[in-house]
Amino acid sequence: MRFRLTEDQRVLKSGFREVLARRFRTEELRGAVDGSGGLDRRLWRELGEVGLFSLRLAEDEGGVGLGVPEAVLVFEEAGRALLPGPLVATHLAAGVVPGAATGETVVTAVGGGGLVEWLDEADVVTGDAAGAVPLRSVDPATPLHRVPGGGSSVRPDDLFVLLTAAEQVGTAARTCEAAVQHARTREQFGRPIGSFQAVKHLCAELLVRVEVARVAVYAAAVTVDPVDIAAARLLADEAAVRGARDSLQVHGGSGFTWEADVHLCLKRAWVRAERGGSITESEELLAGELLVEAG
Amino acid sequence: MDLAYSPEEEVFRARLREWLAKALPSLPPKPSPDDWPGRRAYDLGWQRTLYDAGYADVHWDASPTTRLIFLEETERAGAPYVGANFVGLLHAGPTIAAEGTAEQRARWLPPILRGEEVWCQGFSEPDAGSDLASLRTRARRDGDAYVVSGSKLWTSHAEVADWCELLVRTDGEAPKHRGISWLAMPMDAPGVTVRPLRTLAGSTEFAEMFLDEVRVPVANRVGAENDGWRVTMVTLSFERGTAFVGEVVACRRVLVEVAREARANGAWDDSGVRRRLGRLNAEFRALWRLTQWNVSEGEASGGVPGVGGSVFKLRYSRARQELYELAAEVLGAGALDLGCGWVLDRLSSLSYTIAAGTSEIQRNIVGERILGLPKG
Ligand SMILES: Cc1cc2nc3c(=O)[nH]c(=O)nc-3n(C[C@H](O)[C@H](O)[C@H](O)COP(=O)(O)OP(=O)(O)OC[C@H]3O[C@@H](n4cnc5c(N)ncnc54)[C@H](O)[C@@H]3O)c2cc1C
Repeated sequence: MRFRLTEDQRVLKSGFREVLARRFRTEELRGAVDGSGGLDRRLWRELGEVGLFSLRLAEDEGGVGLGVPEAVLVFEEAGRALLPGPLVATHLAAGVVPGAATGETVVTAVGGGGLVEWLDEADVVTGDAAGAVPLRSVDPATPLHRVPGGGSSVRPDDLFVLLTAAEQVGTAARTCEAAVQHARTREQFGRPIGSFQAVKHLCAELLVRVEVARVAVYAAAVTVDPVDIAAARLLADEAAVRGARDSLQVHGGSGFTWEADVHLCLKRAWVRAERGGSITESEELLAGELLVEAG
Repeated sequence: MDLAYSPEEEVFRARLREWLAKALPSLPPKPSPDDWPGRRAYDLGWQRTLYDAGYADVHWDASPTTRLIFLEETERAGAPYVGANFVGLLHAGPTIAAEGTAEQRARWLPPILRGEEVWCQGFSEPDAGSDLASLRTRARRDGDAYVVSGSKLWTSHAEVADWCELLVRTDGEAPKHRGISWLAMPMDAPGVTVRPLRTLAGSTEFAEMFLDEVRVPVANRVGAENDGWRVTMVTLSFERGTAFVGEVVACRRVLVEVAREARANGAWDDSGVRRRLGRLNAEFRALWRLTQWNVSEGEASGGVPGVGGSVFKLRYSRARQELYELAAEVLGAGALDLGCGWVLDRLSSLSYTIAAGTSEIQRNIVGERILGLPKG
C-alpha cells in the first residue's frame, strides 16, 4: 500500500498549478466575476491543450491516458484557482462529445438540484435541460439555470460527484491558506491576530477539515466506490463551505467585501455542493452500508 | 497513489488472520475493569502469546504498513487491545528504541516485547498539565544516581507498572524547557507511593504518584541531561501519531453495532438518526484513510511520526465522542444503564479530548507548528 502521491502525480499537480498561476491570475478571475466576456473560449482551448479534458482518454484516442486519481489532482488545482466553467461536465464528455477533449466544444450537464451551469454558453448539454429557467446566480462567476422539477429526480453520476468534491478540496485549501496568510500579517492590539487563540484555532480547524477531506477524495479516486465517493463529497462540501465561512470570519470586515476572494470561494462552494446532488441521499447511502455490514 | 497491499503484505495478513482464528478461542476470560492484577496478567499474557507467535515487535520493527495490517486484523477479529502495555509498546519503547543507548535498548526493550514488564507515563503534575514544561519534580545528582522528589498526576496504569517514563527537572536555573531530563524509574524503588484515583467512569484507571527521595541510576537517563524536552517531543509524537490508529477500526465496528441496534429498536426509522449514522460512517472511513496516508508518508520518510498526528487526534477524539452520543440516543433510556457496555465507553470517550494533550493544545500545535502562526 503506497497511499501517497507518486513522483509523476506530484509533477502533474504542481505543473497544472503553475499553468493556472500563469494563465488564470487575479485579473482573469475578476474578469470572470464581472462576467464581461462570458466564458473565456481561448482559456478553454488552452485547458484542452494541457490535457485537462482529455486526461483520462486513451492515448490512441488522442488523450493523455491517465486515471481517476490524476483527474482528481488536476481538478483539485482547478478548484484552488476558482477556475470557472463547466469543467467537470466537459471532462466527462471527452471521447463522447466531439471537440470536448480538445476544449473546442463546451459541454455542460444537468447536475444535482436540476442545476445547469453556463447553459447559454455551452455547445452541448448532457441530460434533459428542456424548460430550464435562468436564475440570478449567487456565484457571480457561474451563470445558472434550473430545470423545474428536475431537482429530486436528477442524481449525478459518481465521477461527476467525485471530481466536484476534488474541486471543493482545492477551494477549501485556498480558503485555509488565505486565512492563515491574513492571520499572520494583520495586526491588532499590537500583534498578529494569528497569535490569538480564537483565531489560531479557527485556522487549525480549517486545516483539519481540508486534510480529512483530501484523503477521503484521494481514496475514493483510487477505489471509485460509490460509498467512498459519498463520504468524500460530504467531507469535501463541509471543508469548502465551512472553510470559506471561517476564513471570512478570520478576515473580519475586509472578508465581507466584494474585493476579497472569500465570498467567491463560498459561493462557488455552495454551487458545487448543490451540483453534487442531495446530501441526504449521500448520508443515507453511507448509513445503508452499515446495515449491510450489520447483516 | 494506491490502496492495494503488496503480495508479501497480503501473505502477512492471511497468515495473521489464520493465526488469530486459532489463538483467540483459547484466550482466558476478560478480567473485570477494577481487577488490576487480573488485567495486568491478561494483557501481558496476550503480549506473550504474540511474542511466541512472532508478532511481538510489530509496532516497532515491522514496516508501518505491516503494523497497519496488524492493527486492522487484530481489531477486526476482536483480539485484546494493548491495554496495560500501551505505554511500553506504543511510546516508551519506541522512544527508547529511537533515543536510547545500546545497553538501554537491550535492558528495556525485550521485556516489553516478551510481555514481562509494564510501563507507565509520569509526565503530568498537579501544576503541569498542558503546560508540561513547567513541571517541578526535582532530580538532584548524588554520585551515580538522581534523587527524585515531587509528585505526578493522572498516571495511567501506575498501579501495575514496573517502570515509569519520568520527566524530572535536573536544572532549576535553566529556562523551563531546558532543564528537563527523561528517566526510566523503577516503580518498586523506595520512596514511590501510588494512590489510585477514581475516574468519572467509576474505575481506577489512573493514579497519583508521590516521589520522596527516590534514587534512580544516572544510567537510566534516556538522552542527555537537560535534553529531556526534545526526547519528550519524540515520545509525544509516537503517542499522538500512531498510538490510536487501531481504535479507528474499533469505532467503525461499534458504528455497525449501533446501526444494528437502531434497526432492532426502531430508531432507524428516524431519518435524523440515519443521516448521523451516515455522517459518522464518512468520518471513520476518512480517519482510516488519513491513517493509511500518514503511514504511507511515514514509510517514505522513515522514523518518528511528525506533528500530523495532531490533525488526526483532533478529529478522531471528536468523532469518537459523537459516536457514543449517537449510540446513547439510539439506546434511549438504556443509555442510563451502566450494565450496557456502550455506557462505559461513552464515559471513557470523554477523556479523548483531554488525555495525550487537550484539543486546545492540539489546535495550538497545528496552528503554530504546521501553519506557522505566531505564538500567543
Ligand atoms: C484518562 C486520562 C489518562 C491520562 N494518563 C496520563 C498518563 O498516563 N500520564 C501522564 O503524564 N498524564 C496523563 N494524563 C494527563 C493529561 O495528559 C492531562 O490531563 C492533559 O495534558 C491536560 O492537563 P490538565 O489536566 O492539567 O489540564 P489543564 O492543562 O489545566 O487544562 C484545563 C483546560 O484548560 C485548557 N488550556 C490549558 N492551557 C491552555 C492553552 N495554552 N490554551 C488553550 N487552552 C488551554 C485545556 O485545554 C483544558 O480545557 C491523563 C489524562 C486523562 C484524562
